Amino acid sequence: MSKAVEIDIASVSKIYGKFTAVDAISLKIPAGSYCCLLGPSGCGKTSTLRMIAGHETVSRGDIALGQTVVTDLPPAKRGTAMMFQSYALFPHLDLVDNVAFSLKMQGVPKEQRRAKAIDMLRLMQMDAYAGRHPAQLSGGQQQRVALARALITDPEALLLDEPLSALDPFLKVRMRAELKKLQKSLGITFVHVTHSQEEAMALADLIVVMDNGRIEQAATPREVFERPSTSFVARFMGDHNVIPGKVAGAEDGRVSFDVIGGGSFQASGAPLEAGSDIDVAVRIDRVRIGESPINGLGFSGIVSNLEYRGPSVKLTIDGAGISDFTAIVSDTAFFSTPVDVGDAVPVHWDAEDAIVLARANS
Amino acid sequence: MNTLLNRATPYLQATPLAVILGFFLAVPILLLLIVSFWDYDFAGMYPGWETFNYTDTLGSWVTWKTYLNTLKYAAMVWALTAFIGFWVAYFLAFHVRSATTQIVLFLICTVPFLTSNIIRMISWIPVLGRNGLVNSGLVNAGIVEQPIEWLLYSDFAVVLAMVHLYTLFMVTPIFNTMMRIDRSLVEAARDAGAADWQIVWNVILPLAKPGIAIGTIFVVTLVMADFSTVQVMSGGQSASVALMMRNQMSLLQYPAAAANAIVLLVLVLVMVAGILRIVDIRKEL
Repeated sequence: MSKAVEIDIASVSKIYGKFTAVDAISLKIPAGSYCCLLGPSGCGKTSTLRMIAGHETVSRGDIALGQTVVTDLPPAKRGTAMMFQSYALFPHLDLVDNVAFSLKMQGVPKEQRRAKAIDMLRLMQMDAYAGRHPAQLSGGQQQRVALARALITDPEALLLDEPLSALDPFLKVRMRAELKKLQKSLGITFVHVTHSQEEAMALADLIVVMDNGRIEQAATPREVFERPSTSFVARFMGDHNVIPGKVAGAEDGRVSFDVIGGGSFQASGAPLEAGSDIDVAVRIDRVRIGESPINGLGFSGIVSNLEYRGPSVKLTIDGAGISDFTAIVSDTAFFSTPVDVGDAVPVHWDAEDAIVLARANS
Repeated sequence: MNTLLNRATPYLQATPLAVILGFFLAVPILLLLIVSFWDYDFAGMYPGWETFNYTDTLGSWVTWKTYLNTLKYAAMVWALTAFIGFWVAYFLAFHVRSATTQIVLFLICTVPFLTSNIIRMISWIPVLGRNGLVNSGLVNAGIVEQPIEWLLYSDFAVVLAMVHLYTLFMVTPIFNTMMRIDRSLVEAARDAGAADWQIVWNVILPLAKPGIAIGTIFVVTLVMADFSTVQVMSGGQSASVALMMRNQMSLLQYPAAAANAIVLLVLVLVMVAGILRIVDIRKEL
């Protein structure tokens, strides 16, 4: 398990002409961890991965794997292996030759490389299909072959570019579990690019949320979920309502603020200068229906949409200068006092569920 | 009535193409086949069921020599056009980054085709001739003392002109196939440690095979049927099958020419069938 390496990205930029795809990011991915680069399309996550892999040149900065600076090394000399989004299996080769491809490039004799490829396919439970061509396989099977092909070189880090995006939802969940298991058993570093919050939460030891070529937050899934550091992260992860406002005052670790043209609220956080802009995140699953016992931790609004989800009900509420405020309440709580679209409803939350966010552009 | 019309609709829809193919392809070949069994003399053709047109054609060593010569041209032109075509297409498809430049360069490749075959062929004469550009250049530069004789009116000239005429028929289908190769395959190969030549040999060449096959069919059929290039560029010193047929026709030996044409048709069809056996081109169509 000593094979795994730390990946150290030191103020790396990727500039295409006048467009900055990745803007001086720094990141340490611990050895043997599962890291997810998460963000909307065009946020620079794929460029970052491709720079680690060596398929994209680094415009500025350095990338090191363990003790080796790999910034100018070709892909195959870095100790990384990449799994491509559409798997990029060679359509003209059978599975054995696909998996054995890199050994063939190194000049390993035919018998030897085929034997090793079949071992690798067996590890992925694909040895029964060894003689087939990629077009004859399902998406999940193709992914296993792509993994076998990537792992045959004994990489220190595996780089996965949206590996699950081509699969149907059911298979996605299954292959996700397989990926996690594989990473645990191999103990090598996985870097996985995705735009799915759910996928990142399920897999990662370290989630790196990116936007506009910058890292918004790099933390454990729990921290990203519970304490999003910026309003972008809070909005993107989708588990928080983000309420923008102006600071009115602060006392006892509480900041009070006003929503423009709306109500006054409180949030937990360090004191801020009165009159400055503020974003506050409120966990959508901690919002309850009912009048707040404390001022500034709730409001009344009109229900604009209702979604029944089985164990819970999702309400969208407009009021007190806040639009599209989301609340997820349990089905029991909802059906004890049911409301309908167009009804006025009071909602409230606890003080620790409203947190002050850093301004993305500050 | 209505059901009758419904049943007839597909046939009616297929009629125009069937009529065109029938009149311009099936009927002429059928006529050719029939005429090839007729008798003839200097004055006319006499319907019959004679096989001596075939026995005469296949029994003559001149025919065999001509066929061999034509096949030799086909092989040489094929090898050269396939080589040039592959690399031109490879450059266009994989080394020209912007799609606009790609299209512009490809159109430049097709510009010569806006002039007639004959003109392009004949314009080689002042280049390759005894006092042509190449020879006077070499003589003036003192590289050779006498003009090189084999530049024009030789097999060299024939093959050169044919390569010039037919390379685009190779470039186009190969370029088309290469454009469909998923670029991530090249990256996957590079990720696996493949050098540039290994990528070409192990990934691009195998995946470009259908395009090479289609180009091969074009080039081989064109060369096998060529008579003007051979006549002009060899100065009448070399023969090809089509040239032999033309000579027979000018001597009013139509049935003999027809028999010759049928033999050539069968040979070319066998060659095309052979190519299709080796390479599956269906996914390109």
